[in-house]
Amino acid sequence: MGWAATAPSPGPMNRRLRVSFHRDIGMDSALLIHRLQFAFTVTYHYLFPQLTMGLAPLIVILKTLAIKKNDETYNQAARFWARIFGINFAIGVVTGIPLEFQFGTNWSHFSRFAGGVIGQTLAMEGMFAFFLESTFLGLFLYGEKRLSRGMHWFAAFMVFVGSWASGYFIVATDAWMQNPVGYQKSVDGSVQLASFWALVLNPWAAVQYAHNMSGAVITGSFVMAAVGAFYLLSNLHIEQARIFVRIGVMAGLVASVLQLFPTGDWAGRMVAERQPVTLAAMEALFDTQHGAPLVVIGQPNMATQTIDNPIMVPKMLSFLTYRRWNARVHGLNEVAQADWPQNIPLLYYAYHIMVGLGTMFIAVMALATFLLWRGKLYQSRWMLWILMLMFPFPYVANTAGWVTAEIGRQPWLVYGLMRTEEGFSKMVSAGNGWFTFLGFAGMYTILSFLFLFLIHREIERGPSHGVPLVHPGPATLTSAEVR
Amino acid sequence: MPTIWFMIVALMVSIYVLLDGFDIGAGAVHLLLAKNDVERRTILRAIGPVWDGNEVWLIAAGGTLYFAFPLLYASSFSGFYLPLIMVLWLLMLRGIGIEFRSHLEHGLWTSAFDVIFSLASVLLAIFFGAALGNVVRGVALNSEGYFFEPLWTNFRVGTNNGILDWYTVTIGVVALVTLVVHGSLYLATKTEGDLNARSRRIASVLWPVQVLLTGLSLIATIYVRPGVLNNFLRWPIGYLIPLVVVASLLYLFVALRRKNDKGAFLASCGYILGMLVGAAFALYPMVLPASTEPNFSLTIYNTATGPHGMQVGFVWWGIAMVLAVGYFVFVYRMFRGKVRVEDGTGGHGY
Repeated sequence: MGWAATAPSPGPMNRRLRVSFHRDIGMDSALLIHRLQFAFTVTYHYLFPQLTMGLAPLIVILKTLAIKKNDETYNQAARFWARIFGINFAIGVVTGIPLEFQFGTNWSHFSRFAGGVIGQTLAMEGMFAFFLESTFLGLFLYGEKRLSRGMHWFAAFMVFVGSWASGYFIVATDAWMQNPVGYQKSVDGSVQLASFWALVLNPWAAVQYAHNMSGAVITGSFVMAAVGAFYLLSNLHIEQARIFVRIGVMAGLVASVLQLFPTGDWAGRMVAERQPVTLAAMEALFDTQHGAPLVVIGQPNMATQTIDNPIMVPKMLSFLTYRRWNARVHGLNEVAQADWPQNIPLLYYAYHIMVGLGTMFIAVMALATFLLWRGKLYQSRWMLWILMLMFPFPYVANTAGWVTAEIGRQPWLVYGLMRTEEGFSKMVSAGNGWFTFLGFAGMYTILSFLFLFLIHREIERGPSHGVPLVHPGPATLTSAEVR
Repeated sequence: MPTIWFMIVALMVSIYVLLDGFDIGAGAVHLLLAKNDVERRTILRAIGPVWDGNEVWLIAAGGTLYFAFPLLYASSFSGFYLPLIMVLWLLMLRGIGIEFRSHLEHGLWTSAFDVIFSLASVLLAIFFGAALGNVVRGVALNSEGYFFEPLWTNFRVGTNNGILDWYTVTIGVVALVTLVVHGSLYLATKTEGDLNARSRRIASVLWPVQVLLTGLSLIATIYVRPGVLNNFLRWPIGYLIPLVVVASLLYLFVALRRKNDKGAFLASCGYILGMLVGAAFALYPMVLPASTEPNFSLTIYNTATGPHGMQVGFVWWGIAMVLAVGYFVFVYRMFRGKVRVEDGTGGHGY
């Protein structure tokens, strides 16, 4: 389906290709709707875990400081973030179950092909991470009165361990699709596990996990700093607000730097080594070049196979990829167009948005840390404004990063082994797919309203309100009313 | 090895039904049982700390099924596409109903979420029952091991099956009654006073219905799938299973008369386990029978994962299971005892 580059000269051959393209991925095709539904549900889902995984270590820090300094303010701060965590966790759970189901419902041919391998990591996530996480979250949220201080700290720590373990199993699953290892082909055409440790210790998984988790901490710390900045600017809950800003800014700087170097650098070089076509498409490098430039801004033009309005840094791409200014970087022209990612412009923009925002995060957090060090941050209203308004961008960057990884893997579902068009459920028609997709869209719209309403209420109530939660609840009812 | 994994998956599904079954059942009787806001809140508190942990068993059972029998997962999940997606929506609505109800003290808000919660629970019970009915009845598998079922066709059992026909709807009703009894008995153990008495009354009233439906479903199953008795003839030890079912029902009756709520709840657990294990035992080694050609049926042998995967899985599954059981015992002990609305001083609650 070489729609992209067959372009300008109108010959009979090209017209036929274009027509077949429309027939193959028209808006009514089953492949399109299955991809759309998974993309929608997984993108929506990941808005919530990225915050919970990012907040979990910050909450452990707050609990640790509360014990070390013997200061109740930190406990109130921890309780506030635990409530935010709880709401996000609940939505993360209810939007996460459909993802596991969809491997079977919408991608049954893929599951039959690869279930023997990735079933391991998915089942392990359920068995190890979810039980751990749900148990200790219950204890952490509702057990503060029944547990000792040390035990409550331990519950917070185990929530952190559980949510990060869950992240690893999912990243390891995706990493296998990006870089399949530890498998063997069996007689019926499916793949089966050959080496458990090769699957679990996939080098791709290690790099992707490091990059992904520091991305989650960026979201967590930017959100924490933003809420603190909001309170400071509104002159509310000053004590806790300073804690939020301080911890948010310091953790945010560390995570933002780690995101670029070394994790982002590792990820980029791994893509160059194992998916050179993907790298070329991310950078919109149409032709193989020695001393390839890095495009900072510009619009890929698929018809002419050039970049419109480019601003470039000469030789930078070669250096970043191979540490040599004149190194040869593979361009898209080296492979058949059928093997190119189908949506190169989207891939290019997703990647550039991620990198651009990542650079901005470092700048903002470095500046804020500088002001914090000089003791001027809490009075610098302009900086607090920036911190407050920055919180949506880590969500954008994390989403763009995942779009880069998944669109970049195309046209493969399992890199080099199974194409996306082979993997969906052939028995589920486009009509049934649209029915459920629209249903999910409606359901998630309702969820979004409820979520915003609840978060708004928590932020309005603020951290000083923080009495320990007890699970049977509110004080408004007296025993007289009960009987 | 596939047999062991068949038992493991059956075990995990059974644990899921026993645990989430009582909170689904409690949800189904929620509106019927509780007369005012305080009673409704008491019910939600009885299941509040445990319901999402219970639901994790569904995810874990699903993951284990996916890993041990990938083809079965692929085939059944895509074939039952519509009802499964609807189950997802119902699970979401139920979760929203429980968790968001008490965030705003406004009559309209709480009533709306009570109705959502209760309705979603009723439908879930029926859907799960119908799903079991579909598996026992068999589906129109093709030679590749795939099928697709519309929600309904003509409500007859034949080769042109829908998800809902007279047989699967019957099983759906059996499931609803069973879980309503199960949920009421759980609530009876967790509450006091009026609510406790009313919970027990619901179970008592439904007891004869449950006995009748059990007999009816057995006859219907033998009619729809005459082969179900083969395994019992082959391994007579299987007759223990109906014995457990009958004994549980009898003990349930006795315990209800003696107002022994814990005993009654355990009897209900025994009954559910007996019914599920019975179904699994009767199907074995089939996991999804074909209504088209018997040799298209999916069995544990033609759907199982590779040998290395099974062996490795056995090691980590064992470790994870010990941990999971440990957590559950711990949490249920921490939140044991009767629920009262007055204890607790603030913050979030139901």
